[in-house]
Amino acid sequence: MRTIGGSDLLYVAIATRAFRRYSTYQAATLAGIFTNSVFGIIGSFAYLALWRANANAGGYDSGDAVTYVWLGQALLMTVAVWGGGTTDDLAERIRTGDVAIDLYRPIGLVQWYLAGDLGRACYHLLTRGLAPTVVGAVLFDLKAPESPVALLGFVLAVPLAVVVSFGIRFLVASSAFWLLDQSGVKVMSGAFAIFFSGLMLPLVLFPGWLGTLAQALPWAAFIQVPADIWLGKRTGGDLVMALGFQVLWAVVLLGCCRLVLGAATRKVVVQGG
Amino acid sequence: MAEALQHARRYLDIAWLWIRAAWAYPASFVMLAIGNAMITSLDFVGLWIMFSHLDDLAGFSLAEVGFLYGASSLGLGIADTLIGSVERIGTYVRTGRLDQMLTKPVPLLVQVCADQFTLRRLGRITQALVVFGWAAAYVDWSPLRVLVTVSMVASGAAVFFGLFVGFSCIQFWTTDASEFANAFTYGGATITQYPLSIFPREVLVALTFVIPVAFVNWYPALFVLGRDDPFGMPGWFQFASPLAAVVTVAASLLVWRTGVRHYTSTGS
Repeated sequence: MRTIGGSDLLYVAIATRAFRRYSTYQAATLAGIFTNSVFGIIGSFAYLALWRANANAGGYDSGDAVTYVWLGQALLMTVAVWGGGTTDDLAERIRTGDVAIDLYRPIGLVQWYLAGDLGRACYHLLTRGLAPTVVGAVLFDLKAPESPVALLGFVLAVPLAVVVSFGIRFLVASSAFWLLDQSGVKVMSGAFAIFFSGLMLPLVLFPGWLGTLAQALPWAAFIQVPADIWLGKRTGGDLVMALGFQVLWAVVLLGCCRLVLGAATRKVVVQGG
Repeated sequence: MAEALQHARRYLDIAWLWIRAAWAYPASFVMLAIGNAMITSLDFVGLWIMFSHLDDLAGFSLAEVGFLYGASSLGLGIADTLIGSVERIGTYVRTGRLDQMLTKPVPLLVQVCADQFTLRRLGRITQALVVFGWAAAYVDWSPLRVLVTVSMVASGAAVFFGLFVGFSCIQFWTTDASEFANAFTYGGATITQYPLSIFPREVLVALTFVIPVAFVNWYPALFVLGRDDPFGMPGWFQFASPLAAVVTVAASLLVWRTGVRHYTSTGS
């Protein structure tokens, strides 16, 4: 059996530094909390109008729908739905050629940036996740987690969501090895993420095949899966399936990251090198 | 007047510089344009999916919501394309670029707005035009309604101009709070893509008198669509968008001047 060794502590150290780095920008955090709250309020009124007209749309009631809006706002930055996080640093370092330094560190590039991103996510969850949720709970009637098991499931689902999102963002950033600039791919990927994560509209409302497709794509792991666990829509064996879905995409995407990184380091001449 | 033309020429010169710069990464440029159009298109697909569960949203049909959505998205798109770069003012302060800009013989606001000008935002305008064009087919047009529509789009763009400039000025005081403005600019655009009848009366009053985004589309659209005002606000509000635009722009320019006066270089 493996014991906690030096490299584990190293990852913790990387995550802690990322947490501290993001916590430097306090005005930005406050501004972000304000913005998340404004968008939460807008979304709540829109969904209340929708569910007033159709009380059982997508199997949600109006309480579920409003809670969903605020969970979405809480996860938006935590999961980095439309990009950002440590992968932006990677893309910039690829563009400038500094990635060469990252590559000869005695630690994998993927692990290095993942550890940092988990630290960042932790900071965003505690600030831009928690604070708007408090605002939402004061203004609207939010549902608490359906059961202690649901809460536990949610606590597991959020870091998994971050890892899945990291996998996609890492691949997007890696495109800079070939294109030099990730911004085009990033915007495209962000567009898909906003739509298919359920940030714009819960995926349970998507009709027919579009709904089936959306629930199978990795973006569903960002918001829809954690929110459904919180709301008690996925319990028992279905809860295990939901978490398994996230794990599966996390493993597949991190595998892809390794492959792409391997191809990139073999084929691409680092700028300035 | 001649001076304003001069400013416009300088603006176009700088914008043209940035258009050529963007072509340094052509693949990125094309994907950025497509991506921007996609974000806004999927936005509307979202509304369309909403309507697959509804007959109307707070009394408004999909075509009517499309009209509201198109108008607000068009206003935001025009403002964002022309002056969206003003959002980055905090970065200019932090990096000291604002000092360089202050030494140049072109007004600071013109320089800041034209900086990093990008045509890729045309994606939003194109998409807004498509939705707006589709929704316009359901409108019972008259000459006066055409006039109100034109003034609605122009005033909408001006109101968003005011919100972009005014709220970006906060960054003269706290350089990293750029996201604060998003709540009013993009937030305003998100609010106005829905019929305002989904909100309580207090919200509408705030959106009329405090952050006047209700004039971006709601009031003029009520006239063009021939709808009764569900809140019973004064009828002349439906023609007051240009007034709201002038007031917002004037207020934002005042805030801008205060901000620039307050500015002390990071080096001092």
